[in-house]
Amino acid sequence: MAEINANTPWQDLTIGGNIYEAGNARNFKTGDWRSVKPIYLSEKCKQCGLCFPVCPDDAIPVNKEQKREDFNYDMCKGCGVCAKVCPFGAIEMK
Amino acid sequence: MSIRERLSGNEAAATAMKQINPDVVAAFPITPSTEIPQYFSSFVSNGTVDTEFVAVESEHSAMSACIGAEAAGARAMTATSSNGLSLMWEMIYIASSLRLPIVMSLVNRAVSGPLNIHNDHSDAMGVRDSGWIQLFSENNQEAYDNLIMAHRIAEHKDVLLPLMVCQDGFITSHSIENIELIEDDLVKEFVGQYKPEHYLLNDKEPMAVGPLDLQAYLFEHKRQQAEAMRNAKKVILEVSKDFEKMTGRKYGFFEEYKLEDAEIAIVCMNSTAGTAKYTVDRLREKGIKAGLLKIRVFRPFPAEEVAKVLSHLKAIAVLDKADSLNAAGGALFEDVVSGMYVSNIHVPTVSYVYGIGGRDTKSDDIEKVYNDLSEIVKTGKIDNPYRYLGVRGDK
Amino acid sequence: MAYNHKEIIANRPSRFTSGHRMCAGCGAPPVARMVLRALKPEDHAVITGATGCMEVSTFIYPYTAWTDSFIHTAFECAGATCSGVEAAYKSMKAQGKLPEDKDTKFIAFGGDGGTYDIGLQSLSGAMERGHDMVYVCYDNGAYMNTGIQRSSATPKFADTTTTPAGTKIPGKMQSRKDLTLIMANHHLPYVAQTAAIMNFKDLYEKSEKAIYTKGACFLNVLAPCPRGWGYPTEMLMEINKLAVETCYWPLYEVENGKYKITYKPAKKLPIEEFLKPQKRFKHMFKPGNEWMIEEFQKEVDTRWEELLRLEEITNKE
Repeated sequence: MAEINANTPWQDLTIGGNIYEAGNARNFKTGDWRSVKPIYLSEKCKQCGLCFPVCPDDAIPVNKEQKREDFNYDMCKGCGVCAKVCPFGAIEMK
Repeated sequence: MSIRERLSGNEAAATAMKQINPDVVAAFPITPSTEIPQYFSSFVSNGTVDTEFVAVESEHSAMSACIGAEAAGARAMTATSSNGLSLMWEMIYIASSLRLPIVMSLVNRAVSGPLNIHNDHSDAMGVRDSGWIQLFSENNQEAYDNLIMAHRIAEHKDVLLPLMVCQDGFITSHSIENIELIEDDLVKEFVGQYKPEHYLLNDKEPMAVGPLDLQAYLFEHKRQQAEAMRNAKKVILEVSKDFEKMTGRKYGFFEEYKLEDAEIAIVCMNSTAGTAKYTVDRLREKGIKAGLLKIRVFRPFPAEEVAKVLSHLKAIAVLDKADSLNAAGGALFEDVVSGMYVSNIHVPTVSYVYGIGGRDTKSDDIEKVYNDLSEIVKTGKIDNPYRYLGVRGDK
Repeated sequence: MAYNHKEIIANRPSRFTSGHRMCAGCGAPPVARMVLRALKPEDHAVITGATGCMEVSTFIYPYTAWTDSFIHTAFECAGATCSGVEAAYKSMKAQGKLPEDKDTKFIAFGGDGGTYDIGLQSLSGAMERGHDMVYVCYDNGAYMNTGIQRSSATPKFADTTTTPAGTKIPGKMQSRKDLTLIMANHHLPYVAQTAAIMNFKDLYEKSEKAIYTKGACFLNVLAPCPRGWGYPTEMLMEINKLAVETCYWPLYEVENGKYKITYKPAKKLPIEEFLKPQKRFKHMFKPGNEWMIEEFQKEVDTRWEELLRLEEITNKE
């Protein structure tokens, strides 16, 4: 799908508002919504996985070894749900 | 060789649908179109068609299901009338804005209220700005032929708009008349396979349909729809030409009946044209140069072409079988006069609202209109351009 | 296979991406994402969305957060739209117009407004016709998208913008509609009520069952709304848990008519625990309004007991 933006003439927009690139919202960054930031303290993390599914913004990457990595700050909106569910204090909101 | 039959308008529509063999039909019963899904259900039950029939719980759901099916990659059809179309109204706009070439058989009936089950065109007129192509049919043959042509027009890549084929409730839907049917294999070949470029069920290219389309985009998407409607004019003529090659039956934007040398003429749609033709013949016998313009393609409206064929007349009456209740004449009247005005053609033209709620419109009524036109020609005066025909209490 | 949420998250990529514009801390995205993780990775899905928070925030032209095919038409017709898609699939598959070796699943998402209220007829029709689909209601208990107006899913006494807690009328005066039971009484092969608690086991297992049970299935999932309910966003998982532990939102399923409560709190918490953190119930804690809490508790108890009875009756030999 060609790049579409607010300057695209009508002739070049997809008809009906169709999108042929499923999941392209990944290109829309929501990190600037954040007013507080979660900090991942890997040394405290036990990889229990409780935070994996709770992030509304899919901003906690989980690798094939079933371990979480640092936050995707391009997407994290700073809601703090992950920090609250962590039993080990491995996520701090700053 | 074509097949000679005797069918009602509803049977003709159901027969066309059977020959088209759509993937999905979703419909809900409403008088006078009920018979169409009824007949069609028996084709489904007996395995005559490959269609999945969705017996929905409302017309709103009928159109929603058609939208879902068409977006999924299927050919979807439905039939309805009157309030059924009113209940669909929200989805009618969505169907066209999503550019889904759904085909509907609309059996015209008065929209409530008060409740009335008989024919007028208020249902179709209620969606005239919705972005659907609207074809009108004088009789069962035209209702059938228009349906056979429908998918070729609607699915054309330059069009991709939904299409409704209108016919008059009871007057043609329930009247049995002679009809020439086309052989199944010829229809199949003519209609062809539906192969959308993008569709929901294509797992190789998942797609999303029906976004939130904000200030930066909706205008452009509407502009695309407008262009598609303009393109439809050309496509309708091309498809009609192909259809003529197959059947010998000629279709255009409209039918001119003894219009060429006429001095006065009526413009109307659907079954009234039959009555008007009979009246024209009677008047011609008396030496009155009466003519008729029967509109087949109401959306897109062939404004320029209509203006051109009416340009030589001395007086015109536009008959609307629906009142716009706007104090300024019926919808067809407005389109005709604006078309003429833009083409710089100035012929005295009057609006007649007639036949509301199934009020019978006989040849004598039509003759009265021609008499009124003769009077206008004679006196050069139009006292009241917004007239009613056949209502009690008006002179 | 026993549920291992780490394994599932690691091995099944998210089918509901980031970059959507739901509010920070919204309870709905984790629900939708886990429902979709219950799909076999090799299966394609067509998702239908009813107009609502989730639809307008995930599919703003030219972006979609859904990696499967997605269709939105209007507010009240996700059921019917999805049934049209499913009918197309059935028809085209039977005619050989689609690849034989590929399965497509059909899932509709609607909020409580689009499901309990304006979309109830469309939902009921789709379920009754038995389309092979799952309808998932993410219930946040009000019309949140338009600004927190009451719905028939709004709990009694809640303060909403159309049932403001005033001096004469203390919030919504009607009880919440029990949609899960209404759907159970459609006699569907599978109906369940769930919430995203702990590591989402209950939600995942019910989603998997619903998706892979043939026929029309229904899931009702609690989806707390920090803005509409008035609790601090980070409390999402705690609110979910309190809803379940107080039996405000029991977790159960109805499989071929048999009721099974999938989680019974060892000690049912008093309803205040659920109500207290939420601003929409604040007025219930004013002196003199104790009767409201009592009445709320009574309703929760009655409904819980009814459920226990249903479980008992339907499991008798």
